[in-house]
Amino acid sequence: MTGTTLDDYTDRYARRVRGMTASEIRALFAVANRPEVVSLAGGAPYIAALPLDAVGEMLGRLGSEHGATTLQYGVGQGAPELRERICEVMSLSGIDASCGASPEDVVVTVGGQQALDLVARLFLDPGDVVLAEGPTYVGALGVFQAAQAQVAHVPMDDEGLIPEALEVAIADLARAGRRVKFLYTIPTYQNPAGVTLSEERRERVLDICERAGLLVVEDDPYGQLGFEGEAPRPLRARRREGVFYLSTFSKTFAPGLRVGWILAPHAVRDKLVIASEAQILCPSAYAQSAVSTYLGTMPWRQQLKVYREIYRERRDALLDAMADLMPEGTTWTRPQGGLFVWATLPDGLDSKAMMPRAVAARVAYVPGTGFYADGTGAGNMRLNFSFPTPERIREGVRRLAGVMEQEIAMRKVFGAVGGAGPRRRQGGSDAPGPDLA
Amino acid sequence: MSDSPAAPPPVTGSAVDELHVLVLAGGLSYERDVSLRSGRRVLDALRAVGVQAELRDADVALLPALTADAPDAVVIALHGATGEDGSLRGVLDLWDVPYVGCDARSSRLAWDKPSAKAVLREAGIPTPDWVALPHDRFSELGAVAVLDRIVDRLGLPLMVKPAQGGSGLGAAVVREAASLPAAMVGCFAYDQTALVERYVPGMDVAVSVLDLGKGPQALPPVEIVPRNGVYDYAARYTAGRTTWHAPARLDAATTARVTEVALAAHTALGLRDVSRVDLIVDAGGDPHVLEVNVSPGMTETSLLPLAIQAAGLDFGRVLGTLVTRAAARR
Repeated sequence: MTGTTLDDYTDRYARRVRGMTASEIRALFAVANRPEVVSLAGGAPYIAALPLDAVGEMLGRLGSEHGATTLQYGVGQGAPELRERICEVMSLSGIDASCGASPEDVVVTVGGQQALDLVARLFLDPGDVVLAEGPTYVGALGVFQAAQAQVAHVPMDDEGLIPEALEVAIADLARAGRRVKFLYTIPTYQNPAGVTLSEERRERVLDICERAGLLVVEDDPYGQLGFEGEAPRPLRARRREGVFYLSTFSKTFAPGLRVGWILAPHAVRDKLVIASEAQILCPSAYAQSAVSTYLGTMPWRQQLKVYREIYRERRDALLDAMADLMPEGTTWTRPQGGLFVWATLPDGLDSKAMMPRAVAARVAYVPGTGFYADGTGAGNMRLNFSFPTPERIREGVRRLAGVMEQEIAMRKVFGAVGGAGPRRRQGGSDAPGPDLA
Repeated sequence: MSDSPAAPPPVTGSAVDELHVLVLAGGLSYERDVSLRSGRRVLDALRAVGVQAELRDADVALLPALTADAPDAVVIALHGATGEDGSLRGVLDLWDVPYVGCDARSSRLAWDKPSAKAVLREAGIPTPDWVALPHDRFSELGAVAVLDRIVDRLGLPLMVKPAQGGSGLGAAVVREAASLPAAMVGCFAYDQTALVERYVPGMDVAVSVLDLGKGPQALPPVEIVPRNGVYDYAARYTAGRTTWHAPARLDAATTARVTEVALAAHTALGLRDVSRVDLIVDAGGDPHVLEVNVSPGMTETSLLPLAIQAAGLDFGRVLGTLVTRAAARR
């Protein structure tokens, strides 16, 4: 007599599917979108700040007046008009014709996530190593894992990636005979750490990678969301070759449109287009038109200022609440832009083990383990400030601090207890899905 | 199989068509995701047999909806405290809305594992030795002495789990004394009280009990074989991670004994309509009841739907009969 596993395909899956399992932590996030819960776990921009009436009217006209093109297939590389607009946007950060940026070398993607996936497809063979900040973007971990590559984390401090640590990591991997393909970095207002690679370190990191023959994949979704002066110029603005620049309109306009891009070295551009056509044929013509029209007819620079103001106020609300309420021994980063604060818990606390207690107290965060490929990070958590209002942020921190106090008391009663320890994991299993606000 | 209930009486189209049923799912417990899956599956199954069913969360909009348009019956597909601690059933009683499953009092009793185990033992139903302690007691008395004594008395390995809760969340097998404190802390993240139980090795079996009008009857036992040996959250809800045998690979005598014990547990706790009894069958073929669920999971990988299928019954028609019976209680 044979039993059933309720999945007749179990023995046929590709190796990369191993570990794609139901996750307790993912289950806990199911509660986090309920209004009773203060969610500091999401990564969503505050879309309500957009002039939604005007945007809605514009979207309607794109269908009614231009439907013959906006509802049709487009070209694989992305619409020429949008690629020109993208170059205008990049020029604000210093990536312009003087460093070789041209609409010809832009490939439009379905959000920044497809851009990452394309780079992985082009450059990663199974067993290759990617260097990335520790912690790093959870969605990148998922992409690299699907490519069957291994991620080696390089630590950061308040000035971002530590160049000396990068050199050590490269040397160690070389000694171990491992093939490292690129450095994946979010140098500006990093997700999840909220820190920014300093001006001085940018050159050093580029030099180190150049010497080691490593490509640099620069992910920059947040660069235009700085609220304390200008961010240092992107890495791509400093080098014509060897740097792939990835960005998105998800944080500056609307994630629902799923429009991102890659600015690639010229020689690679055609391969990216072929790979993208194999994946998706072409990005949505409608979504591209929406972005082009938004950039061409609406005050988007003014809108960026609105976002910066809102996020600065919310960042301040989060930092003030943490200073007032967090238990002794808690530390955190002080982001000058972006959407996230990275907190380090008092010794012995485990953010993943604490999650059920937090959900019971109606507050949610993302455990630090979601942002490491090796399951470390239990002593950290990521807190989002872009979506909840300042009042909700303070209430969330109050609840969270209470949870941490309870956990500290518990640890005192039972003594220091070891957790399960680091383990290999499936990227994303300790972090929420993209719909979590 | 003789222990299985007969196929439900054909629910006449007209009777079922006239029923307006509310399926409650979601809630704010750790099992929200599981509950939503259960709820959607129940909804589809009820609609497939012609019931006018709608899905709702148990939130502030619920009571106004009950007042405005009272359903003929409610199916509680909520897992965790809201669905199982009896309180929601008590509220539905206040609104005179009938529901599938046991009443508030029995639900409360079954939900609290230590209370349920006490009732089972009183009734002579085998259940592993246990201690239940709230975390306050550890802070008052000191953890080390209490934990040492527990290990001495119950022996190793131990099973640690929240006194209330399901889906294996917060549960751990402790094989050496040194890992007991970590298991306690993990458990207390889910509940104020921990149940520490003697671990009984053996076959994991679940027996669903249904009453379709002829008194409670046991469905074929379902045997659970998790691929990695532990029936944790991932093993429960990832298709492919667990092999289920329905009916369980037990000889006739053992099957009879297991179903008899499950029915006894259902009756001892005063349950109604439907329940699921989780047991271990040890190497000698003796069953030990671990817990009894009054709001069993209804997801694609849940045990009750598997048992219904193994009994040759149709999930939707079983639900149709249960809601018809509940509606008649109004």
